[in-house]
Amino acid sequence: MTLDLPMIWAALIAFAVLAYVVLDGFDLGVGILFPLLAEESDRDEAMNSVAPVWDGNETWLVLGGGGLLAVFPLAYAIIMSALYVPIIVMLLALVFRGVAFEFRWRTKRGQFLWDWAFAFGSILAAFAQGVTLGALVQGIAVEGRAYAGGWWDWLTPFSLLTGVALVIGYALLGATWLIWKTEEHVQRRAYHIAFWVAPATLLLIGAVSLWTPFLDRLYAERWFGWPQVLLAGPVPLAVLGAAFLLLRGLTQRRELTPFLASLALFVLCFIGLGISFFPYMVPHAVTIRDAAAPDNSLAFLLVGAAVLVPMILAYTAYAYWVFRGKVKSVGGYH
Amino acid sequence: MFGLEALLLARIQFAFTVSAHIIFPAFTIGLASYLAVLNGLALRTGRPVFTDLFNYWKKIFAVTFGMGVVSGIVMSYQFGTNWSVFSDKAGPVIGPLMGYEVLSAFFLEAGFLGVMLFGRDRVGPKLHFLATLMVALGTFMSAFWILSVNSWMQTPAGYAINDVGQFVATDWWAVIFNPSFPYRLVHMVLAAYLTTALVVGAVGALHLLRDRGNQAARIMFSMAMWMAAIVAPIQIMAGDFHGLNTLEHQPAKVAAMEGHFETHAGAPLILFGIPNPAEGRVDYRVQIPNLGSLILTHEWNGVVRGLNEWPEDQRPPVSIVFWSFRIMVGIGFLMLGLGLWSLWARWRGRLYDMPWLHRAAVLMGPSGFAAVLAGWITTEVGRQPWTVYGLLSTADSVSPIAAAAVGSSLVAFVVVYFLLFGAGTYYILRLMNHAPIPAEPGLPAEEPVRAGGIMPGPVMASKNALPAGE
Repeated sequence: MTLDLPMIWAALIAFAVLAYVVLDGFDLGVGILFPLLAEESDRDEAMNSVAPVWDGNETWLVLGGGGLLAVFPLAYAIIMSALYVPIIVMLLALVFRGVAFEFRWRTKRGQFLWDWAFAFGSILAAFAQGVTLGALVQGIAVEGRAYAGGWWDWLTPFSLLTGVALVIGYALLGATWLIWKTEEHVQRRAYHIAFWVAPATLLLIGAVSLWTPFLDRLYAERWFGWPQVLLAGPVPLAVLGAAFLLLRGLTQRRELTPFLASLALFVLCFIGLGISFFPYMVPHAVTIRDAAAPDNSLAFLLVGAAVLVPMILAYTAYAYWVFRGKVKSVGGYH
Repeated sequence: MFGLEALLLARIQFAFTVSAHIIFPAFTIGLASYLAVLNGLALRTGRPVFTDLFNYWKKIFAVTFGMGVVSGIVMSYQFGTNWSVFSDKAGPVIGPLMGYEVLSAFFLEAGFLGVMLFGRDRVGPKLHFLATLMVALGTFMSAFWILSVNSWMQTPAGYAINDVGQFVATDWWAVIFNPSFPYRLVHMVLAAYLTTALVVGAVGALHLLRDRGNQAARIMFSMAMWMAAIVAPIQIMAGDFHGLNTLEHQPAKVAAMEGHFETHAGAPLILFGIPNPAEGRVDYRVQIPNLGSLILTHEWNGVVRGLNEWPEDQRPPVSIVFWSFRIMVGIGFLMLGLGLWSLWARWRGRLYDMPWLHRAAVLMGPSGFAAVLAGWITTEVGRQPWTVYGLLSTADSVSPIAAAAVGSSLVAFVVVYFLLFGAGTYYILRLMNHAPIPAEPGLPAEEPVRAGGIMPGPVMASKNALPAGE
C-alpha cells in the first residue's frame, strides 16, 4: 500500500491551522477585550490567564507557514504574494502583542503603552487574519505558477466582513475563556461581554455563510447540489446546536460550556470551509495535488512530523492541564 | 517608490528583517550554552555565586529570546511574501529542512524553556540542569537546520530539477551536508559563542570598573576573557578554512572579498583601498605582495582568479563585500588582541585591577554583533546575483508584487522594529546596568509565568508554596 502523501499533509496542515485558530484565537481574544477591562488588576488577571500558553499557541502559526512552504510550496508562493498586505500587517501586529507580554513587566511608567500595544496588536492581527481568509475564499487570480493580480485585490466588502467576523469571533473565544479561567469581577465582566459578542458572532457566521455560495458556483454546488447536500447539510445543523448550547450556557451561567460551544463553532466553520474548498487550496486554480511538493519531500518531513507532532501535542495538553483552574489577579502564578 | 524597483526593495527588506533577527539568535545560542555551563558549575561546586550568575543572565535571556521569537515568525513568511518564485522552486528542497527547524526547535524550546526560566526550585536541580541543556541543544538545532538551508543556497548539492522547474532532492544527506555547510556551521556557532563572551565580558568589566571586588563580576569577566583568548584564534582559523571552501565553490565571491579584479599569479593581499568597480581596480591600495596567493592557494605564485573572469552581470557588488569582509576580519583580530591582553593581565595577576583592559572590554561588548552582521553581509551579498548559487537568479526569485507594496511594508518594518526592539534593547541594557548581587533573584515575583511557560506539573504545584521573592 502506498500512502497518499499530499492528502495526509493537507490534513496535517489543516490541523495545524485549526489548532492555531482555536488556540491563538482565545489569547488574541483576551487582547481584543483588553480595552474593555478598565482596571489594572483585571488586565493583569486576564493577561496571566494566557501568559503561560500564548507562545506555544503562536508556534502553530510558524508550523502552518513553514509546513506550507515545505509541502505545498506552490500554494505558499501564490497565497503569500496575493495576500501580501494582510499577511505583513498580521506579522507586524503579532510582533506588537508578542513583545508586550515581556515588556509590560519591565516598566511601570510605560506599562500603559504596552497594554495598548497588546490590545491594538491583537485586534489588528485578528482582523488581518479574517481578511486573509475572506480574500482566499473570494478567489485569487493565478497565471501559470504565479499570482497575477494587484496588491489591493484582497480588499473587498466580503473580506472586510470576514475580518470583522474574526475579530468578534476571537472576542467571543476570549470572553468565554475568561469566564472559565477567572472569578468574580473579571468573570462578571466577561459574562457581560459574552452576552453581546455571542449573538454578534452568530449573526456574522450567518452572514458569511449566506454570502459565500453567491461568490462562486463551486461553493453553491457544494452546499446546495444533490447529493453533496447530504454531506454538507449536517454542518449548519451542528452550528445551530452549538449556538443553542452557547446561549443556554451563558444564560444559565455555566463556566465551561460557553467556551466549549464557542470552540465547536470555530471547528464547524473550519469544516464548512474545508467542504467548500476541497480539493482546492486556491479556489479554481491550485488543487492539493497541484501544489504538493514531490513525494520524497513529503515523506522526508513526514518522518519527523510523525514523531514530533504527537510529542508536541502531549506537551501542550499537559501544559494546559498544569495550568488548570482559576487565575487570580494577585498570587495566581506567583 | 523613489524610483527603486520592487526587486531592490525586496532585497533591502529581507536584508533588514533577517539582520534584525540574526542579532537575537547570535546572542541566545551562546547565552543558552553559557547558562548551561553556569548551571553545571552551580551544581558541581555548590557555590551560590554561580546560581546568582545564572539568575542574572537568565532574565536577559528571557527578554532576548522573546524578541527572537517574534522576529523569527516574520522570517517564516518573508519567503512567500517577497520571494514567492524562489519559494515555489526551492521549497521542495529547503522547505522540509525549515520544517525540521520548526519541529525540533518548537519541541525543545516549548518543552524546556519554561522549566529553565522558572523551574530550579520546583523540579529539582538535576531536571532543571537537563532542561537548560535541552534549551541549549534546541538553539543549536535551530542553527543547524537554518545554516543547512543557507548553505544549500550557497553550494547546492543532492538535487535535480523537475519538469515544472522545481528543485527536488535526490539525496537528502547530500542536501543537508552540502559542501559549505560544515564550515558555515562551525564559523557561525563560534561567532555566537564569541558574541556572547564579549557581551558577558563587557558587563563583567563594567561592574569591575565600579567595584573591583564584586565576586560575580570577576567570575563573568574571567570566563569571558578565557573564551575570547581561546575561541578568537580558533575562529580566525575556522574563518580561513571557510574562505578556502568559498574559493573552491564560489570563487567570484572571494575575488570580491579580496578586491581582485584581474586574475593574477602571485596575487597581493590588499589590506585597504577603495574598490572602483567602474575602472575595475582598487584605488589607494595598501597591499602585501604575493600574500594573497599564499593565503588562498598556499603557494607563493598561485593563480587567483579575478572578477574579470565573470561576465559583468554575474559579479557580486564588490564594494559592499570588500568592506564588510574587512570589518569582520578587523573585529576578529581586535577580539584576538583583547584575549591576548587579558592573558597577559592574568599572567601578571592583575586581571581584575586593570581599568584600561576593562574599558576596552566594555567598548568591545557590541563588537560581536557587528562582526556577525558584517560576516553575513559578506556571504549573502557575495552570493549575488543568485539566490541558489549559479542556478536561480535573485531577479528571477522575487514575488510579482508592486514596488509600492514592498516599499511601504519595508518602511513599516523599519519603524516597528526600531521602536519595539529599541525598547527591548533599552530594557536589556537596564538589566545589564544592575550589578549582579549575592542571592540574585530569578524573575521578579510579581510577574506571571510568561513566554515559553509550558512546563511539567510539579513546577506549578510547588510554585505557589514558594516564599515571596523566590
